Amino acid sequence: MSNKSFSSWYKSGSPWVWLNAGAVSISLVMVVGLLLLIAVRGLGHFWPADIMSITYNDPDKESITLVAEAVETEVVSAVRLKKVGVNLPEGQVSGERHLLKVGNRDYFGLDFLWINGLWMGETTYPEDVVAIERREWGNFYGYLTTVKQQGEVVATGDEAWDELQKRLERSNGLVAQIKDIEKNEVGKINHGLEALRLQKRQHELDGLPEDSLEYSEIEQERKQWNVSYKGLQKQLADLYTALNRDQIMVAISDGREVELPLAKVIDVYRPNSMNVVEKLGFYFKEVWKFVSGEPREANTEGGIFPAIFGTVMMVMIMAVLVTPFGVVAAVYMKEYARQGPMIRLIRIAVNNLAGVPSIVYGVFGLGFFVYFLGGNIDEIFFQAKLPSPTFGQPGMLWASLTLAILTVPVVIVATEEGLSRIPRAIREGSLALGATKAETLWRTVLPMTAPAMMTGLILAVARAAGEVAPLMMVGVVKLAPALAVDNIAPYLHLDRQFMHLGFHIYDVGFQSPNVEAARPLVYATAFLLVLIIIILNMSAISIRNRLRETSKASEN
Amino acid sequence: MEATTLQKTPPAARTIDIESMQRGPKLNMSNEDICIEVKDFNLFYGSKQALHGINMKIAKNRVTAFIGPSGCGKSTLLRCFNRMNDLIDTVSIEGKMLLDGNDINAQSVNVADLRRQVGMVFQKPNPFPKSIYENVAYGLRIQGVNDRATLDKVVESSLKGAALWDEVKDRLHESAMGMSGGQQQRLVIARAIAIEPEVLLLDEPASALDPLSTLKIEELIYELKAKYTIVIVTHNMQQAARVSDYTAFMYMGEMIEFGSTDELFTNPSKKQTEDYITGRYG
Repeated sequence: MSNKSFSSWYKSGSPWVWLNAGAVSISLVMVVGLLLLIAVRGLGHFWPADIMSITYNDPDKESITLVAEAVETEVVSAVRLKKVGVNLPEGQVSGERHLLKVGNRDYFGLDFLWINGLWMGETTYPEDVVAIERREWGNFYGYLTTVKQQGEVVATGDEAWDELQKRLERSNGLVAQIKDIEKNEVGKINHGLEALRLQKRQHELDGLPEDSLEYSEIEQERKQWNVSYKGLQKQLADLYTALNRDQIMVAISDGREVELPLAKVIDVYRPNSMNVVEKLGFYFKEVWKFVSGEPREANTEGGIFPAIFGTVMMVMIMAVLVTPFGVVAAVYMKEYARQGPMIRLIRIAVNNLAGVPSIVYGVFGLGFFVYFLGGNIDEIFFQAKLPSPTFGQPGMLWASLTLAILTVPVVIVATEEGLSRIPRAIREGSLALGATKAETLWRTVLPMTAPAMMTGLILAVARAAGEVAPLMMVGVVKLAPALAVDNIAPYLHLDRQFMHLGFHIYDVGFQSPNVEAARPLVYATAFLLVLIIIILNMSAISIRNRLRETSKASEN
Repeated sequence: MEATTLQKTPPAARTIDIESMQRGPKLNMSNEDICIEVKDFNLFYGSKQALHGINMKIAKNRVTAFIGPSGCGKSTLLRCFNRMNDLIDTVSIEGKMLLDGNDINAQSVNVADLRRQVGMVFQKPNPFPKSIYENVAYGLRIQGVNDRATLDKVVESSLKGAALWDEVKDRLHESAMGMSGGQQQRLVIARAIAIEPEVLLLDEPASALDPLSTLKIEELIYELKAKYTIVIVTHNMQQAARVSDYTAFMYMGEMIEFGSTDELFTNPSKKQTEDYITGRYG
């Protein structure tokens, strides 16, 4: 009886349904779990955690007070604790230890500290403890005592906080002004001087005699640039003097009172006296700073905007390059080439190309694009600049091209697939109206294949955005001095090196001098990378769906 | 859609129409203007011969029907008239096929020009996934006509010619894929007549349609023959009898009998024809 019902259950196909549903749910759980993990770990970093003040009683040393953020707690076995000299009470098999962020790296040497839970004394959350975000040396924790102007005390006690806010706004304004001048105006002058140098070099290469008029013209111009540079220098010097006017005095946990120049401070906040709404506001401000800012402190602090920009731009250039190339190749292979053993061989080769390890493409890109193509371009067009390379070094263009080659098989295969799905009746209908084969392709077949091309492009983008290994060889760097787009003609600098989120994750996670500070950023960057890939894909998918609307019902 | 377009002519009126089609003077090939002439025409798929020594004449402004069992070569022959078989690599031909006295298979003939002269409608409606308007305008756009006024005029007259105008005039810019099968087939006919061909080839134009749509297409064929020479392939012998002036019966790649429809159906000269018409085989 039960045997029979088992066999009928088996025949009904429900085991298959369960198996399939199970496989789907496992994939779903894994994807959602991964996203949740990196989201929680990464995005939690920006929350302004309460700062505690702990009395720590190490029996071998003096009792000290620590002012710190709690980062994480670990349970460690008694055996391991004993090895580091901590003896737990009899019968206790494990103890807790806590990771604290004590900040003040320039005064304490370390900004992260493991402490033993057993020796932790009283913990309080003083309202007036201040967290200071600095341009250098990481966060600073302490109690604000006085605000000074050129060494003279301006405000103390309760007034100091309000005074600080006002002065901080001023100093941040000055910093922005200085940055603007250094980046844009000085940048323009440097660019102008460099252009003059190249012009002169070009004249020399052309064999112009030394007493030519051209040289004196160049010299004239150079003088003009130098004059405006002098003016800017003076302006900058004034700004720096103004910026260095204010200082604050802060008492730190070991009782010292130290002076911080306000020029080095980005932001001050008192997390313990913030309510939830204020904290939320602060949180979003921090997230925005992360997304829109530039990295500091060997990428362990600040934002990742250049990496986001580099990733998106590279993927877009790649898409622009790969689509026409792949589509044209697929059209030839499917529509024009004679379907013989040769084309079969080529098709197999294309499919195998998709399986070549990406680092191999990186090596190829470096050898062919960067050294061969780039080198020759420099020889021909940028001779004046040699020996320093222009296109003969890794850069945005070569990285995009390398990825385009990496992903072109996907586009070819998808387009071919799409072309073979166009019903013969449609082609014949067009031919019967007196259209040539090319007109038929151009006016009817290719528009109908557009959704398939987009599918190929989606797959290509998904692969390219996540690729890191080949990029390390053909253009990605740890820290790019400038974006590939700026306000200096020709505005688009495809020869420049760039930053990339994938490489940023690797760099921050594994090459960083400050592991504890970098870890949350690894998760946050990973989350952002996934988010960007999702956004890129979603937009491509929505374009495809719109294309499909127009050619619906033709796919039967 | 307007209320008026919903009210259709009652079916009864249409039946009378069909009957009136069959009246008329007795036809004789020797009195006709000849549009297409086929002389000793053979066709091979690779080494397999599909058409054997076809000889026939197609009269101008008449409807010529090809009947015969599946695989007898009637569609293959039809597709020779606008050289659709060029698309198949293995096809080779012998013999002559003359359109208005010119060999259509001559080297000097531009295939695209030939196909503009000899339009074709296929078995399954194959509108392009574009708007109704663009479907009809397609052939003209290919010829480089982009003038809005001209296109508007041709689209309207073609749709009227295909008896579709009243049904679609309010949604010209909607997708053609949303139309019914019968409408799509008439759209395809409109598309074919928009470039004013001389000859219209219809390859089983009603086989994928319901009886009502079939009736509409048949009426349309009757009207179109005033302007075009029509060659139609059909499986349906009643249809051939209803719409055609001349009928050719083909079997195994040979043309068994060719003559005026009245004669072929009422008094076939070959036994094979009679057997097929009366349903004894095929």
